Amino acid sequence: MIARLTGLLGREMALAYRQKSELIQPLIFFVLVISLFPLGVGPGPQMLQKIAPGVIWVAVLLSSLLGMERLFRDDFSDGWLEQMMLSGLPLYAVVLVKVTAHWLTCVLPLLLISPLLALFLNLTPEMYVALLCSLLVGTPLLSLVGATGVALTLGLQRGGVLLSLLLLPLFIPLLIFATSAVDAASMQLPYNGQLAIIGALLLLALALTPVATAHALKISQN
Amino acid sequence: MSLLSVNKLSCVKRDRILFEELGFSMQAGELLHVQGPNGAGKTSLLRLLVGLSLPDSGSIQWRGEDIRRTPGQYQSELCYFGHKLGVNLALNAIDNLRFWCRMQGLPTNQDLYPLLETMGLVGLEELPAGQLSAGQQRRIALARFWLKSCPLWVLDEPFTALDKQAVALLKSRLAEHLQSQGLIIMTSHQSLDFPLPVRELHLEYRL
Repeated sequence: MIARLTGLLGREMALAYRQKSELIQPLIFFVLVISLFPLGVGPGPQMLQKIAPGVIWVAVLLSSLLGMERLFRDDFSDGWLEQMMLSGLPLYAVVLVKVTAHWLTCVLPLLLISPLLALFLNLTPEMYVALLCSLLVGTPLLSLVGATGVALTLGLQRGGVLLSLLLLPLFIPLLIFATSAVDAASMQLPYNGQLAIIGALLLLALALTPVATAHALKISQN
Repeated sequence: MSLLSVNKLSCVKRDRILFEELGFSMQAGELLHVQGPNGAGKTSLLRLLVGLSLPDSGSIQWRGEDIRRTPGQYQSELCYFGHKLGVNLALNAIDNLRFWCRMQGLPTNQDLYPLLETMGLVGLEELPAGQLSAGQQRRIALARFWLKSCPLWVLDEPFTALDKQAVALLKSRLAEHLQSQGLIIMTSHQSLDFPLPVRELHLEYRL
């Protein structure tokens, strides 16, 4: 079964390679949104440093929403979803593979480009480390919860805006704790409490969302 | 003993009863041709039979066991060809088939070129499926019936958009499957004019 699931992961990677432009667009969006802030609020280093955690995290949320529909939309419309459901593989495991692939192809590039943005927004090294930790723990949560949202809106024509409206409120706790971790780091305070809470959210999502997503996918077939 | 038996199956879509109390059973080596006007519920019946959707009432049994109890086991014994082909338009024919084989747990080291030659897709294997014609895309999806050996085949309108040669090829493959004691359930608006006995199931359009 592991070999069959890694085969699915391989397919997702091959598809991502074929559709490079779709993956680069959210990345450029991310960089553009962040570079708009120094232009909009003024280039004062103190000001930028103060707003940086919130700006980066909001930009991550928005740009991850851009690519979120890729999770199941194509599979649903071309029938691959049916074939996956009839493959005999447990659907929650298939969902986990899809989420992993989504995180690797859509979210990991955002993390890789984040040092550049830390430079834009005048982050101190401690703040950057805290930001990277919060992104590493927090972004898989985005993919997991996003998958449930995408699965729920599959049957709708043009569910894209609805998807954003459904998902953004759910990400508010994540945003609060992640930015507060970076704020704490800027004041040289420990921030493992915030990270632990995000970690707990991640584990909860890891346990519950694959099952919820699998169920939503089954309903979408009715 | 019958391999597949359907008891008192009902399906309701948007407050309209498509069919109710439908029952039949099938032995090895039989072909069931589901017929009926558009909207009669042929596709809905096929989707119920493979387990993609759940019936409003009634049950489907495979080898004497309800398909909802051991879906993984049942689905490993069937191959489904639906309206949506499951062919990704960004991947080429070879990749589409190879990833499908890996997902199904079939050996992937086999050479797929002879099969593509049978399917008339040679020379097109490097093109993304999106650049192929509708019939060629359907040929890619149909190639699965040459790759996976399993007793139950379910095909929804397989002859649509195929040329005469491909229709003949598919028919001969279906006949081969019946002779090796396979089971086929299919819908088609064309008459099959098949050399082997065909059972027919007529669904009425009900208001």
